[in-house]
Amino acid sequence: MTLSISELEEFARKCRVEIVKMVYRAQAGHPGGSLSEIDLISALYATRMRVRPDQPKWEDRDRFILSKGHASPGMYAVLAEMGFIDHEDLHSYRVLGGKCQGHVDMKWCPGVDFSAGSLGMGLSFGLGCAVAARLDNSERRTFVMIGDGEIQEGSVWEAAMAAAHHEVGNLKVILDRNRIQNDDFCEAQMRMFDIPAKWRAFGWEVKEIDGHNMEEVMSGLDFLEATNDKPAILIAHTIKGAGVSFMENNPSFHGAAPNDEQFAQAMLELGEVIV
Amino acid sequence: MSEMAATRDGYGQALLEIADNAKVVVLEADLGKSTKSLHFKNKYPARSISCGIGEQNMLLTAAGLASSGYIPFASTFAIFTERAFEQMRNGVARPDLAVHLCGSHGGTHTGTDGSSAQSIEDLAIYRTLPNVVVMHPSDYVSTLELTKQLPALNKPSYMRTARNKTPVMYRGRESEIVIGKGITLRQGTDVAIIACGVLVSESMKAAELLAEKGINATVVDMHTLKPLDGDLIDSLASQCGAIVTAEDHNVIGGLGGAVAEHLVTNKYAPLEMVGVADRFGESGQSDEMLEVMKLNSKYIEQAAQRAIARKS
Repeated sequence: MTLSISELEEFARKCRVEIVKMVYRAQAGHPGGSLSEIDLISALYATRMRVRPDQPKWEDRDRFILSKGHASPGMYAVLAEMGFIDHEDLHSYRVLGGKCQGHVDMKWCPGVDFSAGSLGMGLSFGLGCAVAARLDNSERRTFVMIGDGEIQEGSVWEAAMAAAHHEVGNLKVILDRNRIQNDDFCEAQMRMFDIPAKWRAFGWEVKEIDGHNMEEVMSGLDFLEATNDKPAILIAHTIKGAGVSFMENNPSFHGAAPNDEQFAQAMLELGEVIV
Repeated sequence: MSEMAATRDGYGQALLEIADNAKVVVLEADLGKSTKSLHFKNKYPARSISCGIGEQNMLLTAAGLASSGYIPFASTFAIFTERAFEQMRNGVARPDLAVHLCGSHGGTHTGTDGSSAQSIEDLAIYRTLPNVVVMHPSDYVSTLELTKQLPALNKPSYMRTARNKTPVMYRGRESEIVIGKGITLRQGTDVAIIACGVLVSESMKAAELLAEKGINATVVDMHTLKPLDGDLIDSLASQCGAIVTAEDHNVIGGLGGAVAEHLVTNKYAPLEMVGVADRFGESGQSDEMLEVMKLNSKYIEQAAQRAIARKS
């Protein structure tokens, strides 16, 4: 799909509206990390992912693994915008029997290729998908979205080491560096020091961008697509809760829903008229 | 002396025999020499994935492969699979991906490596996971046959194999070995001994000891703990009226637990459990461990006498 920068920004804006609506309706969920990742996932799906929304299990599809699976509203909004699910399905978020389970789940939702919910697992799973693609001599790529707090899980580094060892060039990671985790700022919970240096030391190609500047996002995705001899990671500096003023950089909105008043303000800020 | 072989060698041989299936891939965490997956690696390096000493990554890499149409076999020591329990739970069992996990060196029979290596809880923990088939075969041939059935299973599985040699019992009886079906090795009507793994041969010895005293015991090899062969247990409860379980595993949650759960909700019979008495092991030879942990034929025989005495 070819979309202009302004069209991509509009794509992401519509997704932001749906994210806030989902969490508001459910009165639960994770808006902060959904809003920080959304520009990245929007651009990835709208311009890079080789997928067929009417054929979600198409064998040679690119895989997208949302390892930070609590940020599911962001992915559901994109899947609806892409046509994998209906916008009506977004009402099933956190509802019994719904496609939109609390954490993205491949058993429940078309277009989801990984059952997430426990941090530190998606990169290894993506490595398996990437190895499978290589065994199949397939051109398909595997994109994995991880969080910054998530890399405190030791298993992430098992996967990072293994991916570099196996020179899995079809594995592409986006790190949502929003600087906030469940309880507090990352800096308070567990300092991670020089994150790009860590990945380089593990044998990865690394690029840093502003994850809310759509031109930088596009050049970052170019970098991921162009790196094929070793695994690559795009470290996207983002703002938790981006787009909704009172959620931005606010650890309280990692996993909390807006009240009526806050919801109305959020819709206003996102340019959505409430009927 | 009857033929002796280790069940882990049966696993390694089976991987070679299913290698014609191009979807079979093998993952290992630096213990391929021990689990015997290295035979596959030597012959099919392109379909072997070294995960280094990283069990959590191994399990999920396997899950990713399974989601892409491959049939992954991952192995390490039984005890180290437990480090990746949540990966097995959330990444394999929950999405119902057909990853086949093999834990070798299970039980106190593992011997001189000591208690850190002697998993006594693996069967219990994997049995609690929905979708997962749990097996603990008793000999080389049954391990070979059960492993060869896994590519067609289309469910995740856990299989415990043993480090040390045990008597080979199933030469020429390969067709009797089917996942989910217990095998009756000996028929008697006074008591039924249901065993798995290394204690199956000990149970056969116990049956001989009982026969010398005029007691006729049935012995069943319950190589599959889940799904449990409940029909067979019902018929044993009816025909024998007293049951003993025998396993080189904690008495909590393993074969004894599984049989107890079945008996109390179906046809009841008094049950005595031979197993590790909720304690850790130590370094010792296999036969010494079976004695110190009270698992060998002598203790199985005593348990049978107690079960018979409890018949109403």
